[in-house]
Amino acid sequence: MTIFWPILLIAFASLLAAFVRLPGQWKVLWALFPGAAFAWVVLSWPEVAAGGQLMASISWFEHLGATVDLRLDAYGGLMAGLVTGVGTLIIIYSAGYMEGQAGGSRLISLLLIFMAAMLGIVLADNLILLFIFWELTSITSYLLVGFNHEKLEARKKALQALLVTGTGGLALLAGLVLLGMEAGSWQISEILQRGDIVTASPYLPGIIILILLGAFTKSAQFPFHFWLPNAMAAPTPVSAFLHSATMVKAGVFILGRFSPIFNGSEWWHGPVVVAGLVTLLVGAILGLFQTDLKKILAYTTLAVLGMLTMLIGFGSDLALKSMLVFLIGHALYKAALFMVAGGIDHGTGTRDVWKLGGLRAVMPFTMVAGALAAFSKAGFPPFLGFIGKEYVYKTGTSLDHFAPIFTGGMLLGNMLIFALALKVGWYPFWSKSKEVMLEGHPHEVGWMMWFPPLVLAVLGLVLGFLPAWTGDTLVLPALAEITGTSSHEHLALWHGVTLPLFLSLVTFAGGVMIYRGREFFWKKHDRVEAAPKVEHAYDRLLAGLITFSKRQTQAIQGGSLSRYLFIVVGATASLLLWKFVRFDGWPELTWEGRLAPVPVIASIWVMVGAIVASVAKRRLIALLAMGVVGLGITVLFINFGAPDLAITQLLVDALTVVLLLLVVYRLPPMKAEANRWIIRADAAMAVFFGGLIAALTLSAMQVHVVERVGDTLAQMSYVEAYGRNVVNVILVDFRALDTYGEIIVLAIAAIGVTALLSARKERSSDED
Amino acid sequence: MRTNSLMFAQMPRVMLPVILALAAVTFYRGHHVPGGGFIGGLVGALAFILVALGQGTEAARRAMWLEPITLLWMGVGVALFALVLGFVGGSGGFQGLWLDEFTVPLIGKVHLGTPMLFDLGVFLTVMGFGTKVGFGLQEDNL
Repeated sequence: MTIFWPILLIAFASLLAAFVRLPGQWKVLWALFPGAAFAWVVLSWPEVAAGGQLMASISWFEHLGATVDLRLDAYGGLMAGLVTGVGTLIIIYSAGYMEGQAGGSRLISLLLIFMAAMLGIVLADNLILLFIFWELTSITSYLLVGFNHEKLEARKKALQALLVTGTGGLALLAGLVLLGMEAGSWQISEILQRGDIVTASPYLPGIIILILLGAFTKSAQFPFHFWLPNAMAAPTPVSAFLHSATMVKAGVFILGRFSPIFNGSEWWHGPVVVAGLVTLLVGAILGLFQTDLKKILAYTTLAVLGMLTMLIGFGSDLALKSMLVFLIGHALYKAALFMVAGGIDHGTGTRDVWKLGGLRAVMPFTMVAGALAAFSKAGFPPFLGFIGKEYVYKTGTSLDHFAPIFTGGMLLGNMLIFALALKVGWYPFWSKSKEVMLEGHPHEVGWMMWFPPLVLAVLGLVLGFLPAWTGDTLVLPALAEITGTSSHEHLALWHGVTLPLFLSLVTFAGGVMIYRGREFFWKKHDRVEAAPKVEHAYDRLLAGLITFSKRQTQAIQGGSLSRYLFIVVGATASLLLWKFVRFDGWPELTWEGRLAPVPVIASIWVMVGAIVASVAKRRLIALLAMGVVGLGITVLFINFGAPDLAITQLLVDALTVVLLLLVVYRLPPMKAEANRWIIRADAAMAVFFGGLIAALTLSAMQVHVVERVGDTLAQMSYVEAYGRNVVNVILVDFRALDTYGEIIVLAIAAIGVTALLSARKERSSDED
Repeated sequence: MRTNSLMFAQMPRVMLPVILALAAVTFYRGHHVPGGGFIGGLVGALAFILVALGQGTEAARRAMWLEPITLLWMGVGVALFALVLGFVGGSGGFQGLWLDEFTVPLIGKVHLGTPMLFDLGVFLTVMGFGTKVGFGLQEDNL
C-alpha cells in the first residue's frame, strides 16, 4: 500500500499550503513533500527496474469496474520520477519567484495538487481512475494558467486550454470505456496482456481515434496546438512545470502506455506519425518568429512533443528507445530553460529579445544554467540531448517507408530547435549589451531561482557523460515495459562515423545559420501573428456557440412564465405521445372492478376544483380552488394506501397557499393579460396533457409484470435497510443519491429566489 | 403585513415548540411509519413562517437562531457527510452504516445509521428552503 502515500502526501501538502501561509522564503519548505515522494520513487526504482512492480488496490465501485488500482512499473516510475523530481525543484523555484508578491501560497498549493493528479495519471492502473486523474490535471491547469485572474487575457487563455483539453478528455473517456468493454477488464495491466482481444475488436478504429483525440489535445498536437503557446499567460513556474515536464507529457505518456496494444494497427501508425511530424514542423517554424522568451520555449515544446509523438507512431523498439531518451532530456532542459527565462524576467523586468543582451556578467549563475540547458537542447555532445538526437536520426534512417521524408523532417526540426535553444539560453547573455533599453536595474536572482535550473541543466550533462549508466538504469527498464522485450543494446555517446553523426553535423551547421539570421525572422513577428491561424477557427466556433445559445435561450426562455409552462408541459406531452404512438399503443378503455364511493367523490371534488381554478376571474379564488384540488388528491392518496404521499401533499399544499398568499395581493389585478388565442392554446394544451396522463395511468394499470419492483423493494426494506417505511427507505437509502440531487436543486432554487428578491429590492430602492 | 389580531400574533410563538416537537417526531418516526425528513422539514418551516406571519420576520429569525440559507447549506452538508460516511465505510459504493440498537428512556429502542443522518440533512434543507422563501416573500413588502 506504500504506493498510495506519495499521492496522498502531495495532496495533503496542497491542502496544508492553502491554509498555512508560510512567510516569504520559508515557502521553500513545501518542497519537502514532493521531495519525499521523489525519494520514494528513487528507493523503489531498483526493484521496479529489475522488472518488478508495486501494486495496490482499494475497492471502490467494484460492480461498475472502478477500483482504485495503482501500479508502479518502470515506465510509470520513470515519469513519476520526473514529475516529483522536477516538481520539487519547481516548488523551490516558486518560493523564490513569488517572493514579495501576493498569492505565493495559492500558487504552491495549486502546483502541489496538480502534481498529485499528474502522479495519479502515471500510477493509475485502472481506466476510470486514469480518466479521473486526467480530468483533475485539466481542471488544476485551468486554475494555474488563469492564476493572474484579474487579467482578462489570462482568464481567456485558461478557458481556452480547459475547453480544448476538456473536449479531448471527453473523447478519451469514450475511448477508454470502449477499450475496457472490449477487453473485458478495466485494469490497465490486464488489458495490456489482452492486446489480441482488443485488436480483434470491430471497434478498434473507434477506440484508437478517441484515445488519440484525448492524447493529441492534451499534448497539443496539430491542429490542437494553439492552446499551448497561449497558456504562457501563466506564471513562469507553472509554464516550467506544466508545459515542459508534466501535463503536456500526459498525452505522450498514454500514447506510450497503450502503444503495445495498438502497434501494428493501420489506424494507429498513420495518424500518430503524421500528427507528430506536422506538429514538429509547425512548432519549430512558428517559434522562429517569436520574440518573447517564453513563447519561443512554448513553440519548441510543441516541436518536441511532435517529435515524441512521431517516434511513438513509428512503433519500433528503436523508435521507442529514442522517444524515451529524448523525453528525459527534454524534461530536464526545458524545465531549466523556462526557469532561466523566468529568472531573466525577474532580473531585468522583460522577456523581450529586442531588449535583452549582455547579461553574462550580471547574472552569472543563471547564465551557466541557461548555457548548459541550451547546449543539451541544441544537442551538443556530450549532453543527453546529443544522444537523444543521434537516436532520432538512427530511427529515421532505418525506417522502411518514407525514410527520406521523415529524416528530412527531423533534420529541419532539429536545426530549428538548435537555433531556438541558443536564442533562449545563449542570446540574452552573450549578445551585445543593451542595458540602456532595460527598464529596471538588471541583477542576479536569488539562489532559489538559479539553483533549480542549474541542477536540471547539470543533470542533462551528467546523464550524457554516463550514457551506459543512463541507458541501463533509466531507459532500458522503461523500454522493456513498453515493448515487452528486454533489449540489451547499451546507450553510447559515440556510434562511429555513421549517417546519424553526419546528420548531426548538418544540424549544427544549419542551426548556426538560422541562429545568425534571427533578426530577419523576429522582424516579421507581427505579420506572422496576424496571419490566419487554427486559433481563429476556434474563436469563431466559440462565438458561434455563444450566439446560438443566446438565440435558443431567447426563443425558449423569453421570460414569460406562462410560456415556460406551455413549453415544459408541451415537451412532456410530446414525449408521452411519442411513447404511445411509437411503442406501446393506446390502452384499452376497459373497466374492471367496482366504483367505491370515496374515490368517486374525491375525483369529482378534484374536477370541480380544477374547473373553478381555470375559469376564476380573481387570483385568490383560483388559489383557493387549487387548494381544493390538492385536498381531493390527498383524499385519493389516503384511500389508496399512500399515507406518506398524502401527508406530503397536504403539507406542500398548505405551504404553497401560505406562500402564494404573501404574494398574491400585491400582484396587479388579473386583467386580460393574454389575448384570446393564447388562452385557447393554453386550454388545448391542458386538455391534451391531461388526456395523455389519463391514458398513461390507464395503460400502467394494464401492464402485467411478473415481478414488480415495488415488491422487491418492500421485501428488502427491513432486511437490508432496517426500515419498515418503504417510501422513506427508498428516499434515504436505496435512491439516496437521487434525493441528494433533489436537495441540491432546492439549494439552487433558494439561490435563485435570493437573486430575484434582491433584484426587486434594488429596483425599488432605485425608485425611492 | 403585521396582523391586528392579538390571537394570531401570539399563538404561533406559543405553539412554536409544540409544532417543532411535532416536526421532530415526524422526522424521527419516518423510517418505519409515515413521516421523514421532507415532511418534517415542511412542518418545521411552517412553524416559523407562522411566527413570521404573526409577529414579522424579525421575530421569526430571532426565534430560529440560524439564517434560513445557513440551515439549508448545513442540510446539504449533513446529507453529503452521510453519503461520504457510507462511501468510506461501506464495501463498494454508497452503503448504509448502522450503529447497534440501544434503548433510551422515554423514547424506546433507538437505531441510528447514516440513512437517518441523510434524512436529517433533507430535513434541514427543506426547512431552510421553506423559511428562506417564506421570509423572503414577506420582507419583500417594500
